[in-house]
Amino acid sequence: MNVIHSTPLTEAVRVRGLTKSFGGARVLAGIDLTVPTGSLLALLGPNGSGKTTTVRILTTLLAPDGGSAIVGGHDVTREGVAVRRVIGLTAQQATVDGLLTGRENLELFAGLYHLGGRQARRRAAELLERFDLTAAANRLVSTYSGGMRRRLDLAASMISNPRILFLDEPTTGLDPRSRAELWSVIRELLASGTTILLTTQYLDEADHLADRVVVINGGRVVADDSPAALKRQVGSERLVMRLSLADDVPRAGAALADAHLDPDAREVTVAVQGPRHLRKTLDLLDHAGIGVEHVALRAPTLDDVFFELTAAAA
Amino acid sequence: MSALVTSAGDLRRLVVRDLRRELRVLDGLIVNAALPVIIMLLFVYVFGGAITTGSSGLSYIDFVVPAVLLMSGGYGAALSAVNISEDLTGGMIDRFRTLPISGWVVPAGHVVASVVRNVASSAIALLAAILLGFRPDATLIDWALVLALVAGYVLAMSALAVVWGLLVSSTQAAGAFSFAVLFLPYVSDGIVPAETMPGVLRDFAYNQPATPIIETLRALLLDRPVGSSGAVAAAWLIGAVVISVPVAALLFRRRTAA
Repeated sequence: MNVIHSTPLTEAVRVRGLTKSFGGARVLAGIDLTVPTGSLLALLGPNGSGKTTTVRILTTLLAPDGGSAIVGGHDVTREGVAVRRVIGLTAQQATVDGLLTGRENLELFAGLYHLGGRQARRRAAELLERFDLTAAANRLVSTYSGGMRRRLDLAASMISNPRILFLDEPTTGLDPRSRAELWSVIRELLASGTTILLTTQYLDEADHLADRVVVINGGRVVADDSPAALKRQVGSERLVMRLSLADDVPRAGAALADAHLDPDAREVTVAVQGPRHLRKTLDLLDHAGIGVEHVALRAPTLDDVFFELTAAAA
Repeated sequence: MSALVTSAGDLRRLVVRDLRRELRVLDGLIVNAALPVIIMLLFVYVFGGAITTGSSGLSYIDFVVPAVLLMSGGYGAALSAVNISEDLTGGMIDRFRTLPISGWVVPAGHVVASVVRNVASSAIALLAAILLGFRPDATLIDWALVLALVAGYVLAMSALAVVWGLLVSSTQAAGAFSFAVLFLPYVSDGIVPAETMPGVLRDFAYNQPATPIIETLRALLLDRPVGSSGAVAAAWLIGAVVISVPVAALLFRRRTAA
């Protein structure tokens, strides 16, 4: 018999023209994205851009209004049960019980995945070890730090060994150390073959972890590329000028085309196209009588990509 | 069949989760263990001396025990509304929804755990009453019926509480259900004889479910004739459960629909 897959197995997630509105407000206005099997895609966007809505649709927690979404070869609206069998989700809110210990949480969920008593205990112990929670295993989760809680959430999502993992803002609100720890856990999961879609508002997170970055704003995809290509797209180096007077910042903005202004830091940033443009930029400020206290050149970051893309879409 | 066995296992796990949670919060222990004793002491010693039991001719402790049993079990049962609401408004529900379990086991877990906890609360109240001088005169069958009645009341209140918890959008609003349940026995024949109440309240007292349940309990515990109150009590409880269980299942499905 000939089995026709609606999506090649090389694609873990395939989304086309996804739309969703809440009471007349359009949250997703046609999202397209593809996550190749075994890769990590970062869905990058500001608050309210539609990241969580996208994840909730892909994890069958929310029905889309239109478009199609195939996860692990199954349609999320028609084959929700089959989709759930191959995915794991770590949502933004805690999805573990604060009044149970870490171990009890994992044993409960392992039991609800219908592992037998001994198997459930072994799986819980294994995951506690893997996510570095063994020392805290018998403490109530309500006493955990933010980073520990996220790791436990992640461990709970890994009980069934899902092929595809969705992480909704996994590091939001974490201190830098917990964030780095979580990043290394995510990299290990990726190395072991798990396909990961994570949402983030942190550009460095996407830059560090992702094979591909989809930037969304206002429910639309404004960019879909590798982090390196996105940076290339934005191109040249940035000239960062700190002005002597904060009041001069708007005037500098008027004098220079496409400058990014940061009045609080008294900084004006422009993309420079070669040495001549650099000299001309400084000359322009000089002629306008604007004092420059400090200049620096730096490579473009995803932040620059982000400002450029979302400013264009706005 | 095997699906039912699987769901029964899931239900057991969720009941254990609920009972564990209850033992870890001070409020839970207070509501389930201390409140029954406090209510019993309050009625027997504080109000008891001032209340006459009217035409029943009973001593006050004999008169009031059934109402206190319902209050002890009912208050905790009503808190099921808070438990289900916490699952829904926190993130737990997303975890449950991504697990391969039938949706109904989540509300059912809260209801079953509530019955276990709150029948135990009623038993604590009964024990307190016996220490305070209550001398029941009941056969083994009477005791079985008392247990069935108290469990039925707790079950009905828990299921109704879950319905309420699924209807409201915040945990605070869910908590309000406790007051309705706690005060139901006040305007019944359970704490003061309904015959002493003014007209409208008396009519309410005679026609609300707590009165026939309390009268049946009183009859069973004190070896008095049950009369028609047994059938009326059973009708109320069966009716409440038959209506609230499917409504709870339906509301839960609606609240968690994609």
